[in-house]
Amino acid sequence: MIGVILLQTLRIAVPYLFAASGGVLAERAGIVSLALEGFMLGGAFGATLGAHYSGSAWVGLLCGIAAGLALGAVHALACVRFGANQIVAGVALNLMVVGATRFFLRLAFGSSSNSPRITGFGGEGTAGALQTFANPLLWLGLAVMPVLAFVVMRTRFGLRVRAVGEKPEAAESLGVRVATVRWAAVVASGGLAALGGCWLALDQHQFTDQMTAGRGFIALAAVIFGRWEPVRAGIACLLFAFAEALQIQVQGTNAIPSQFVTMIPYLLTLVALAGLVGRSTPPAALGRSEG
Amino acid sequence: MSTGATPRHAATPATIAQGPAVRMTGIVKRFGAVTANIDASLVVTPGEIHAVVGENGAGKSTLLRVLSGMFAPDAGTVELFGRDVTGWSTAQAIAAGVGMVHQHFMLVPTLSVAENVVLGIEPVRGLRFDRDAAERRLATLARECGLACEPGRLVRDLSVGEAQRVEILKTLYRGAKLLILDEPTAVLSPPEVDELWRVLRTLRAGGATIVLVTHKLDELMDVTDHITVMRAGRTVGALVTARTTPAAIATAMVGRAVQLDASGLPVGAAASHDTTGTPSRVSTQAFTGPAVGTPTPAYADTPRLALHDLVVAGPRRARAVDGVTLAVAPGEVLGIAGVEGNGQTELVEAIAGLREVLGGRVLVDGTDVTRFSVGKRLRHGITHIPEDRHARGLVLDYSIADNLILGRQRHYARSGRIDRTRVRRFAEERIAAFDIRPADPDLPARALSGGNQQKVVVAREMPADFRVLVASQPTRGVDVGAIEFIHDQLRAARRAGKAILLVSAELNEILALSDRIAVMYGGRVVHEVARAHATAESLGPYMTGAAA
Repeated sequence: MIGVILLQTLRIAVPYLFAASGGVLAERAGIVSLALEGFMLGGAFGATLGAHYSGSAWVGLLCGIAAGLALGAVHALACVRFGANQIVAGVALNLMVVGATRFFLRLAFGSSSNSPRITGFGGEGTAGALQTFANPLLWLGLAVMPVLAFVVMRTRFGLRVRAVGEKPEAAESLGVRVATVRWAAVVASGGLAALGGCWLALDQHQFTDQMTAGRGFIALAAVIFGRWEPVRAGIACLLFAFAEALQIQVQGTNAIPSQFVTMIPYLLTLVALAGLVGRSTPPAALGRSEG
Repeated sequence: MSTGATPRHAATPATIAQGPAVRMTGIVKRFGAVTANIDASLVVTPGEIHAVVGENGAGKSTLLRVLSGMFAPDAGTVELFGRDVTGWSTAQAIAAGVGMVHQHFMLVPTLSVAENVVLGIEPVRGLRFDRDAAERRLATLARECGLACEPGRLVRDLSVGEAQRVEILKTLYRGAKLLILDEPTAVLSPPEVDELWRVLRTLRAGGATIVLVTHKLDELMDVTDHITVMRAGRTVGALVTARTTPAAIATAMVGRAVQLDASGLPVGAAASHDTTGTPSRVSTQAFTGPAVGTPTPAYADTPRLALHDLVVAGPRRARAVDGVTLAVAPGEVLGIAGVEGNGQTELVEAIAGLREVLGGRVLVDGTDVTRFSVGKRLRHGITHIPEDRHARGLVLDYSIADNLILGRQRHYARSGRIDRTRVRRFAEERIAAFDIRPADPDLPARALSGGNQQKVVVAREMPADFRVLVASQPTRGVDVGAIEFIHDQLRAARRAGKAILLVSAELNEILALSDRIAVMYGGRVVHEVARAHATAESLGPYMTGAAA
């Protein structure tokens, strides 16, 4: 049973890891990442379309990433170019993606609830653990946070991202193009979060309406829980995923009323945010539209 | 001269001796209806330290920002070493070796010193940002310029003086040979100011040209070579430091005579503001205690304000105020001296009700107000001039009139509706009484100069009926004229029997106004002395913790 829970944990964690990595990147640049949910859903739908029409999971993946990058650009246009309130822009983008995917779902597949079955990674014949480990997205998901840590903490781009998220006027006075850095960070965050959506669609072999079900927000909680540090945020994702896996297993036993069991991940989130994190200081320029 | 490791500011004066380093003529700069500069000029000789002085709102910062490329002038010309650079950009200015150190530091607190310095022109090795190279180059540069610096430290852990050195290093790293410093001493403690002058002299010796804005006249005399005086947007004087006096400079600045003491602070009360009619031109050097022309505190055994063993937590230290016991009598000014960050801020906020008191009591005329809310304290006669007028003193987007009734709005309301006519009448009366300029009650506070903003705060916090005033840095960053005026108000309040707790980083101000002086160090009062027995020299060791 331990093995089952751990495997389940990994499978649940992958979309969180991708989305949270996008969240860390955008927020370190000073842009609030409420749109992660929309990026994921857009990515899932893009992957579904690509995989459906090409019959290839890889093409699906590329289409999913493209959708995420495009949505990231929309978010950057609102937040960076036009200085919109980042929270309002994020919520609007999420709602827009829900509506748009529903519309195109009907247009493409004539259904308002789900797409036809699509192909995924890993052979059809294999099952369980083998299929999970054969999925390249799993390994990419596990690698994304360490790679992001390198980018944010060790590269020139990362240094500029951190400067822009903390004190944009200082960066600007030294000739760093604040808007350009933020555009890059937000667009890339759309692509990263969309990978989480690709995982969902390719893993479940179909797109269903609102299939991300709040995962973008849990990922955002993981970002805050991880104090905007990539590796810490990654550990937070794994922790949340573990709680969810545990919940699924315990639910099967009927030992505790299921309503309480369902609460486990959310309770863990609350406890973590309230108590364990201690003081967490967000990037100083986070959400400041005039920056 | 091949890499960033070599400071490029070290051009020898001989090579650039032809003509002035900077020649600005007929500069006009308007912001909407406000004209910040009108026919302003500035001529700077290569290799000198040149000061631009003037009252708040005289247009000094604007002029220097035109020079640094932040603003393009509406008229006039800017020449750098004979080259017409009018209307250039900041990037062009930096490329030409002009570096600006801003009054509000442009540093990223979460990055290291080296990272801040190289930001925008970072050395890279492959994919990575080459942190080692950045720190090495910075260390070399700092050594060559004689500036102490630890490249690996986080900027948020630095003192204000250290942060300012990082700002200077930033401009030097970019090859600056003309340094512009906007009020560099406003935020520094006295030892840090001395250190800054030493650094600037070293840079001058290395061939750098330095232009700085300042309010502190005494400092100018032994550091600068030339002084440009501005008033109301115009250049009204270009003086050779060696051939002028602080009094002459002050007169040129305000356009009338201001009496100064040895330290460059205005002295005594101008007769027009004197409410009691007592002779008030009291020199601080002849100051012998509270008896000079003032009523002696009548109820010396029942203090107006008493603090008993007060303990207050601070943002960084659990006991930022660590058992302070003090008393202020009616008609007395108790000055709190000390280097900033030794619990003064927390002490003031605790008395004002802005910070929780962990232990001890605050009494006003015998009433325990320790658990009173801010509003209740206000109604009890405790007023507060906060140290940061932007954070606590004003709502910058509110009008002058609205700022003047902040916290007192209930007195101007009838069944929840603000009586605009009365607010306006009150504002006009206060604006006239405190000489707030421009005299327009509807103007947002943001539009005022620092000195006039501070006058709005003082006008609000010194109504007729208060009992205790806690004045924290009441003249920080304001011009000589406003300092004089605010000091007059504090003296008048003292004569009216109010108790005043004065906290100031300016030792001269403490010495000029106080009846008694308490020195805070590490959250405690380490020394308490009557003004007559105190000098800057005698207080110094207590302020640094050397004596206790």
